[in-house]
Amino acid sequence: MTEVRAYRRTLSTWWWVRKPSYFLFVMRELSSIFVAWFVLYLLVLLSAIGRGEEAYRDVLDLAAHPLVVVVNAVAFAFVVLHTVTWFALTPKAMDARVAGRRVPAAAVMASQYVGLAVVSAFVVWLVTL
Amino acid sequence: MTKRRLEPFVWLMFSAGGVLAAVFLPVLAFLFAFAFPLGWMTPPGHAHLSAVTSHPLTVLFLLGFFVLLLVHSAHRFRYTLYDGLQIKARRAVALLCYGGAAVGTVLALAVLL
Amino acid sequence: MGSESSIGLRVSRYRPESDPGPGWQEYDVPLRTEWTVLDALNHVKNELDPTLSFRWSCRMGICGSCGMNVDGEPRLTCGTFLVDHAPGPIRVEPLANFHVVRDLVIDMTDFMEKLPRVKPWIIRDEEQSVDDGEYLQTPEELDAYKQFSMCINCMLCYAACPVYGLDPDFIGPAAIALAERYDLDSRDRGARERLDVLIEHEGVWGCTFVGECTRVCPKHVDPAGAIQRYKLKAAKQSVMAVLLPRGAR
Repeated sequence: MTEVRAYRRTLSTWWWVRKPSYFLFVMRELSSIFVAWFVLYLLVLLSAIGRGEEAYRDVLDLAAHPLVVVVNAVAFAFVVLHTVTWFALTPKAMDARVAGRRVPAAAVMASQYVGLAVVSAFVVWLVTL
Repeated sequence: MTKRRLEPFVWLMFSAGGVLAAVFLPVLAFLFAFAFPLGWMTPPGHAHLSAVTSHPLTVLFLLGFFVLLLVHSAHRFRYTLYDGLQIKARRAVALLCYGGAAVGTVLALAVLL
Repeated sequence: MGSESSIGLRVSRYRPESDPGPGWQEYDVPLRTEWTVLDALNHVKNELDPTLSFRWSCRMGICGSCGMNVDGEPRLTCGTFLVDHAPGPIRVEPLANFHVVRDLVIDMTDFMEKLPRVKPWIIRDEEQSVDDGEYLQTPEELDAYKQFSMCINCMLCYAACPVYGLDPDFIGPAAIALAERYDLDSRDRGARERLDVLIEHEGVWGCTFVGECTRVCPKHVDPAGAIQRYKLKAAKQSVMAVLLPRGAR
């Protein structure tokens, strides 16, 4: 066999900037940071609730600070991106079958959005009564 | 016999966290990051919120919720660092990400219990 | 005819005996509605520059040898029409993520080494003798794996997969889809053996579900779906292994 002197190419660090689908993928993955941000945010809120009425009011006031609002807005956009992409990938990742027939992707997607609506309504009800 | 690996369990937690984040985070974030602080909706009274959040069922749910979300976030961010930034120090990255999730879990325990 | 329009081809050239790395060469080819990128490359080879190297065979999207990156997308060049890339120039490069042997020819050794690792053949507990006849299968049983059996090993999915580009140890989309093809075959009993290979770190876990492999697949095999289902399968098995006593496994 002849020896192969192949040229080895390497991927640039910015491989994900050039193609829209790669860019969207990396944005989707970066939503993880903002999921963690909201976990911390909710923990701060919970700890304030535990400390009493005044602490709770203070945290709500702090959350109205423009800087916090901006960070939260960015984080919220990424969380929505996470929700939309997660729902879109679910039917691709699982092979749901009812009576031997594959459930169409649109039905899986629709049922997830129904779930989102139900959960959201429940949370709003629970929190505000 | 199936080989024992940690990855399948981490992946299950990642997936569960992904579902919970997708379903619960938008409404929680909307309410507590915008609607209540910015006065779009009247914030719930402290007594009511305190009662809801100290209910054993809520505490149990929130604990699981936070832990799974933290694992989800850590796992995903770990691969983002590998692939997006091509960081080669894989052990250090994993330690940093899952370590962060562990710290978050301790925080959640401290706040909730 | 007279004023036949033409289109530019920007072709990646690499001659290992003289070039330190790949460079570009431009060719002008006739822009004909029925011409594919492969037709244009053959025109270059026959009429303009016989030194250009590329792989091709069937011209009808079944042999899987003419895969190249066309305008940055992994494509079978025999199914990619010039008019869809007009006005050009059309960038033609060797499939991404693989080492380049010469011009548009990539080194497929790594892929050929990975395929057999998932044991893509029917594994039986007990081999039935020829005299006992064939293993029968219903149309429904055929349907269960048919989609995954359409793979033509063209390697477009490897060229589209950034995970493979970053970590060449990753076993890759086509190999995992092929494992799924045999796992889903009613005649096969080898799921456990394949799982042992794919449950390793360079098996399914490296995949972050970019989904590009499925998008570029010319045969609609859906490797991305196969990989996620494999993760679920591996997770189920692992949970069962912990929960169930040894005898019940």
